[in-house]
Amino acid sequence: MKLLIILAIILLVIAAHQLLRVIELSRSLRKEVEWKPNDQDNNFMGKTMIVFLVLFFIFFFWQIAHWGARTLPPAASEHGVLIDQLWDANMLLITVVFLVTNTLLFYFAYKYRGKSTNKATYFPHSNKLEMIWTVVPAFALAFIIIFGLKYWNQITAPAEDKDKIVVELYAKQFDWTARYAGKDGKLGETDYRQISGTNAVGIDSTDANGHDDILVRNEFHIPVNTEIEFRMRSRDVIHSAYMPHFRAQMNCVPGMVTFFKFKAIKTTEEMRKDPFVVNLMSITNKIREKEGKEAVEFDYLLLCNKICGASHYNMQMNIIVDTPEAYRAWMIKQRIAAKTMAAK
Amino acid sequence: MATIHTDLEKEHLAHHEHVHHDDDHHESFVQKYIFSQDHKVISRQFLITAIIMALIGMTMSIIFRIQLAWPGEKFAFINAILGDKWAKDGILDPNMYLALVTIHGTIMVFFVLTGGLSGTFSNLLIPYQIGARDMASGFLNMLSYWFFFTSSVIMIGSCFINDGPASAGWTVYPPLSALPEGIPGSKLGMTLWLISMALFIVSSLLGSLNYIVTVVNLRAKGMKMTRLPLTVWSFLITAIIGVLSFPVLVSCVVLLIMDRSFGTSFYLSDIYIGGRPLDNMGGSPILFEHLFWFLGHPEVYIVIMPAFGITSEIISTNARKPIFGYRAMIGSLLAIGFLSCIVWAHHMFVTGMSPFLGSVFVFTTLLIAIPSAVKAFNYITTLWKGNIQFTPAMLFSIGLVSSFITGGVTGIILADSTLDITVHDTYFVVAHFHVVMGLSAIFGMFAGVYHWFPKMFLRMMNKKLGYLHFWLTFMCSYGVFLPMHFVGLAGVPRRYYTNSNFPIFDSIVDINIVITICAIVGGLAQLIFVFNFFYSIFRGEKAPQNPWNSNTLEWTTPMANIHGNWPGELPTVHRWSYDYSKPGAERDFIPQTVPLQEGEQDGGEH
Repeated sequence: MKLLIILAIILLVIAAHQLLRVIELSRSLRKEVEWKPNDQDNNFMGKTMIVFLVLFFIFFFWQIAHWGARTLPPAASEHGVLIDQLWDANMLLITVVFLVTNTLLFYFAYKYRGKSTNKATYFPHSNKLEMIWTVVPAFALAFIIIFGLKYWNQITAPAEDKDKIVVELYAKQFDWTARYAGKDGKLGETDYRQISGTNAVGIDSTDANGHDDILVRNEFHIPVNTEIEFRMRSRDVIHSAYMPHFRAQMNCVPGMVTFFKFKAIKTTEEMRKDPFVVNLMSITNKIREKEGKEAVEFDYLLLCNKICGASHYNMQMNIIVDTPEAYRAWMIKQRIAAKTMAAK
Repeated sequence: MATIHTDLEKEHLAHHEHVHHDDDHHESFVQKYIFSQDHKVISRQFLITAIIMALIGMTMSIIFRIQLAWPGEKFAFINAILGDKWAKDGILDPNMYLALVTIHGTIMVFFVLTGGLSGTFSNLLIPYQIGARDMASGFLNMLSYWFFFTSSVIMIGSCFINDGPASAGWTVYPPLSALPEGIPGSKLGMTLWLISMALFIVSSLLGSLNYIVTVVNLRAKGMKMTRLPLTVWSFLITAIIGVLSFPVLVSCVVLLIMDRSFGTSFYLSDIYIGGRPLDNMGGSPILFEHLFWFLGHPEVYIVIMPAFGITSEIISTNARKPIFGYRAMIGSLLAIGFLSCIVWAHHMFVTGMSPFLGSVFVFTTLLIAIPSAVKAFNYITTLWKGNIQFTPAMLFSIGLVSSFITGGVTGIILADSTLDITVHDTYFVVAHFHVVMGLSAIFGMFAGVYHWFPKMFLRMMNKKLGYLHFWLTFMCSYGVFLPMHFVGLAGVPRRYYTNSNFPIFDSIVDINIVITICAIVGGLAQLIFVFNFFYSIFRGEKAPQNPWNSNTLEWTTPMANIHGNWPGELPTVHRWSYDYSKPGAERDFIPQTVPLQEGEQDGGEH
């Protein structure tokens, strides 16, 4: 079998060689150069430029029409709504720039395709034009910078609400643990040297605040319309807590605590009824059906977004946004569970 | 100043003519083609090494793209390439997936687009276009290539060891890259990666220092800075940025080596891994990120600026028009070069770095958009009212302008820390940097190869194969990377072995298939180039003296690759290099060696 393949390859090479010889011979007879573009080439390539431009833009808009519905749903957090607005404004601006400049580029390439009888115009520079395209982008950028930084300062300011809830997200290869304060409302200090089978996140046993802390895995709950202050920690390598639906992301870095805060504005139930999400889930479930997988419902997700090892792709935790009442009920259940665990 | 200059030139001339006389008779094969000190040979060595590295890097990307499009399906050829250990039954192993992603990135960024692009074209064009006999130091130049070669061999070699190559991503953030317990690739593979990179940096520094000294000291008589072709300007600025930023990568790499092998704690603190707490205290991974990106960001401009230079030259030559705004082009290169060194922390908005520091970097980063816009508009205006000759090189140059714009505009989104929160480390970023850096730079490289092939190999490449290669490559590139933006907008993180573990990502399954099919077709299209390249080296048509009717000095040397470039005296330069279609001139180009006529102004002077 292998011999046959080798034989076939050898024959192919010989055939290709002969073919090339024929082409070379015919070329030398025609006395035409095979490297310099002639008027016919320039004409053809120039027109292809326009064809490409049209196809390019059709493809671009087709994607928006078909795949736009598969992007992230509208933000489910207070600051996320601001980010989305800013995003749309910036996206509009750059789409216009993208369309206009590409059009000019390919149109000029077509319009001024070479002809042996033509001569180019000597036009080495123009201070006026250059001034225009220095100043106009500068103003556009000023707008982008000012709004971007305004929101950035709001988003990264420390959490100051009185009724804020502190949640610690603890990352390790390859799962998440969420830690809530117990009745005392305070998270205990930590010490990585005290990590053990029974002390997964390394709560410092000398700190009484930590004795009633509650650890949650697989999914964690937060109440709607309440400021949540996330404190991120990592046990081993850098992870990143990415909650795309809330437009929230912060790395978890071993040796330090990082922060991110947001206020969810839609409960999981409300989000499942959002028209965008309904449509997205019907697309998703149609694809799943084709692959023979069962239908799923929408859930908020916490993902790891910094390469952290072999199972990086599978480091997830569901987030449930509850009404304040449902959240309180869930919290009480967790406290009871924690107590019975401790009693054992 | 002027007298010092002439003295240097005389010395140089005398020296080289001496060398020239005995070299012709005594060079052995090894001296001439292997340990050569001739810039033209070294340039070809860089180019061919880079082509081989690019093919390896591309094959890796196709393998992991197949995994992303059809996760869990069996492909016999993947098993044939990677063997049972890394692709049992033809299904890619998750660790190998990360290794391929890592090595693909490293090879493409450093070995193809830095070593390959600067190494090939700075070496070829600097002496030719400034009118010098060779580089300032041929010996250092030779060393530069052989360090590059050695580091390439080590990098490729690391793919064949038992635990697999480095696999912590091309940015090799510790602690993952520092802890062998974290990932198998952080054992011997990472050590080899670090050794290879250290050698690469040596090569890059030797090369860059040489380029700078050559451009500053060895310009031919009359070659003022304002008469230099933009290629040489871009190589010069690239080399300066390289000299300033690569040493920081050395320190970054050395500290990582210390942490890995000698028990220090520069980057490590409070870590519990492999069932035990580590002793390391007080280090910070953020320090690594600062040091890494202090090189890492200038690096992307080290990659793109030579491509700008090459394109400026090719667009002007083939539009038969002077480059629009020559001085503005130099100014924007300088501005980009300067700004590129003070924007690094925009890679770190969500790392836990101080948000205030983040705002400073938003500001500096967005400033880069201004000189970039100037460049894009100047390219477009150069086409306006031109008489465009569509050589394959010209097509790739136009492709570069298009991809630079398309990828550049999304950079405005990513530079905005507020918006970056949503898409940081998603496929949106992957799409952005592949379009703006990967595509643009590789298009610039292709353009350069098609354009200067006659100078390198004295023969011409076939235009029709060039056309086919361009259109397939161009369409497939956009076919890969436009859809990838949508994957990112769906919130899919990069470096995921499969997206099928999250039901919400099932919606992008077919987008991934489109991307992979385009990648495979685009990959196969490169075989057309490889064939055209190697075929033309041996059997292409003989090149005429000045095939593209170009003004620059390299086309005044005989088509013979002689040592010392010009057989007699060095040429004298009388004008800038962009006198195309000048009114009153007989032909539509005036080489730089033609004296200015009475009352004629030099284009570079204003």
